[in-house]
Amino acid sequence: MAKDEIKTPFKLVGTRVPRPDGLDKVTGRARYGADFSAPGMLFGAVVRSPHAHARIRKIDASKALALAGVKAVVTRADFPTGLEGEKWNLQDNAMAGDVAFYDGHAVAAVAATSALLAKDAAKLIEVDYEILPHVTDVDEAMKPDAPVIRAGAADYSVPEGMPPNVVRYLDFGHGDLEAGFAAADLVRERTYKTEATHQGYIEPHACVGQLGADGKGEMWVTTQGQWYVRWMCAAVLGLDAAQLRVTPSEIGGGFGGKTTVFMEPLSLALSRKAGGKPVKIVMDRSEVLRATGPTASASMDVKLGMTKDGTITAARAEFRMQGGAYTGLSPVGEALQCAFAPYKLPAVSHIGYEVLANRPKAAAYRAPGSPMGAFAAESLIDEMCRELGLDPIEVRLKNAVTEGDKSSYGPTFKSIGLKEVLAATQAHPNYAVPLGPNQGRGVATGFWFNYNGDTSVSMAIAEDGTAQVAVGTPDIGGSRASLGLMVAETLGIPYEHVRVNVVETGALGVNEPSHGSRATFASGKAAVLATQEAIGEMCRRAAAEWGIDPEAVEWVDGAAQPSGPNAGKFPPMPIAEIAGNMSATGGPICGHWQGLPEGVGASFGTHVVDVEVDPETGKTTVLRYLVVQDAGRAIHPSYVEGQYQGGAAQGIGWALNEEYVYGTDGRLQNPIFLDYRIPVASDLPMIDTVIVEVPNPGHPFGVRGVGETGIAPPLPAIANAIAAATGARLRHLPMTPPKVLAAIRAGADG
Amino acid sequence: MSKIHVSATVNGDPVEFLADPRETLLDCLRDHLDLTGSKEGCGTGDCGACSVLLDGRLVCSCLVLGVEAEGKRVETIEGMAEPGGELHPLQRKFIEHAALQCGFCTPGILVASKALLARNPDPTEEEVRYWLAGNLCRCTGYDKIVRAVMDAAADLRGAA
Repeated sequence: MAKDEIKTPFKLVGTRVPRPDGLDKVTGRARYGADFSAPGMLFGAVVRSPHAHARIRKIDASKALALAGVKAVVTRADFPTGLEGEKWNLQDNAMAGDVAFYDGHAVAAVAATSALLAKDAAKLIEVDYEILPHVTDVDEAMKPDAPVIRAGAADYSVPEGMPPNVVRYLDFGHGDLEAGFAAADLVRERTYKTEATHQGYIEPHACVGQLGADGKGEMWVTTQGQWYVRWMCAAVLGLDAAQLRVTPSEIGGGFGGKTTVFMEPLSLALSRKAGGKPVKIVMDRSEVLRATGPTASASMDVKLGMTKDGTITAARAEFRMQGGAYTGLSPVGEALQCAFAPYKLPAVSHIGYEVLANRPKAAAYRAPGSPMGAFAAESLIDEMCRELGLDPIEVRLKNAVTEGDKSSYGPTFKSIGLKEVLAATQAHPNYAVPLGPNQGRGVATGFWFNYNGDTSVSMAIAEDGTAQVAVGTPDIGGSRASLGLMVAETLGIPYEHVRVNVVETGALGVNEPSHGSRATFASGKAAVLATQEAIGEMCRRAAAEWGIDPEAVEWVDGAAQPSGPNAGKFPPMPIAEIAGNMSATGGPICGHWQGLPEGVGASFGTHVVDVEVDPETGKTTVLRYLVVQDAGRAIHPSYVEGQYQGGAAQGIGWALNEEYVYGTDGRLQNPIFLDYRIPVASDLPMIDTVIVEVPNPGHPFGVRGVGETGIAPPLPAIANAIAAATGARLRHLPMTPPKVLAAIRAGADG
Repeated sequence: MSKIHVSATVNGDPVEFLADPRETLLDCLRDHLDLTGSKEGCGTGDCGACSVLLDGRLVCSCLVLGVEAEGKRVETIEGMAEPGGELHPLQRKFIEHAALQCGFCTPGILVASKALLARNPDPTEEEVRYWLAGNLCRCTGYDKIVRAVMDAAADLRGAA
């Protein structure tokens, strides 16, 4: 059923209202990271290592400092020492110490009175490098004789005798694996590889940082999480977090890549050294690609057992991932947890290795790990379905998890909508469209946990009965609209009467970023609970006016009213009247909620893609694309569809075009958008969507979170479609025309 | 390096600025004229976020030098709505169709779309997709953008 035909008890939730920031964003008024300026502002530029791995012998900034207008140069010597764990990782990644660990690693930074002058000065900073042996490929990095990136970096989980670049080891599962494989009619084991990709947000990182000798500072920055920027900058620079005030700008895309810091601490260090003048740093695109946080590259073995009727009897995964030169950043754990999450498995085993390599420090990228896990697991399931002559959706339905099932990664599922998603996919007309020559259809399912995270939201009733909401989760794709809808619905007032403000760190308690598909779930739930607190106060004000028990007052359609005939006979007291009298009846009316919102609801999605492969060039054209996903509840259906479509497009890029290409010198070969080619409008068809709603009982309106699941299925779905079209099975992304052509020819040759 | 005096017309208004010969038109719009609606996403002409019209021709302002604007007419996103604030149909349709998520590519796509509709008032879906192939959007998958442009085109044809 089309989303707009689903009947709900809601007046506003589920409607397609204009977003409150729409006017600013279509007129060019919205201020993003690079659009902010401050009086007396200087401009920063960063000197970056041209080598994949090099010892820094000496840095000489004297020529730069001799230029008129150059105000400060900073190196690692300007940062505190003695940091440990992730704090050290962040500091060392922001500014290299004795060793540069990747092409693009920052080694010095300069501030000057103009951006051009800062760039000129950066070129005059002389760095003497001793080049060290490097390794960028995950399988190469795992060899016992690979160049050692950081000796002693392994954590407690790594058993004795592992290769030196293995820094984390995972081993989890349940059931009798051998018995499971013995019960299968077909057992297959394959190896898959995915290359590193970048989130590819169009807005480069940008900030203006200001820090005085008194340790007080401010920052204006494009980020998914202003409190993360605050604690990270404070940690890297040894500041008191509460003395740093971080204001988020509008954000030009993040997809996980703006949940950490890169050059932000450098602007503060430069500012402090330049007498407290604000310093603006804006990355260019090659800096973004070389030196921010792409996702990991992966090498994966998967083994599955299946009976003739399609029952999966056992599953084993062994994944190897590199996430750069620092520990804890590759999403190998999440990849393993997501790989088999859609299926009820009697026996499953997961083994994971995190490996260091001379690449930039990985950051989160939309459903971190899930796309790689899905590519490996869903490709093999499809291959086995074809071998056994089974329908891929029937097989998924047969093995699909439902409420009460133990998940592949441990916990027991609460209410979930996978079977509903699969049924809706099977019923969709796209699944029955006849295909022509060289065309094939692929199906795959994906999973994301969804997430809550630390959340603090305040709301207040204005003097005229309108409402303001202060949230800490930056609006990347319409969350102000969805939050406004939920608050207006709860208050019973028009949507236009609510203003949702994304606020700076001084205005609320700690909030985690807009990540993990949490903004509409967590800030939404907190906003509703805060609103209910304000409603309780308004009911008390009305009760006092009427001289009745507050318990005898209820809130209906934007007004307080006696809850029944016994409570007393009074006409409803509307919000505007209560608000207008607030000063005389007890002062401001506010609501607040803080905490960790319980009740996260996981989500599943299934994609169907039709492709045509040119047998002469190997070029794959996406003809038709369908996303079916359980939203729990779509608060604003247009922005839910937008998340589905955007996730699919990123996954299509990952499947067909995008990859980090390193030369034998360890340098990134494609650090511009011409060569790191994300999908353009002419690469894609319309992306059809079906919003399935199996409400999450843990959220007042049933929200699960919709941002992330959609990037996982495209990788295997397209591989499965290419296999259907050509008979060639590609197990190494991206599936570029030369690779597809080679696979077709290898198949034809034998 | 000494700066060069440039006189141009931006969104109908006469402007003057001093440009370093190395500065792009985008730099000059943003840094000298405070017109920050045009965005830099790549600096290499690949993303289209800096799209403006220069004497009526659609260009990436990151690939034009500021000094090249001398005596020319520049139209940016800030000049797209009527002076009184009434939105261009493209702007209205982008809000109505939820054709933006983060909104960073939106100014460039609106300017490019306006240039398309000026020369082709009735484009097919394929024509819209190929015309906008120089404007990257990472959020939307282009679906709602293409629909908004086609709907705006229909609107403009109806009004004409």
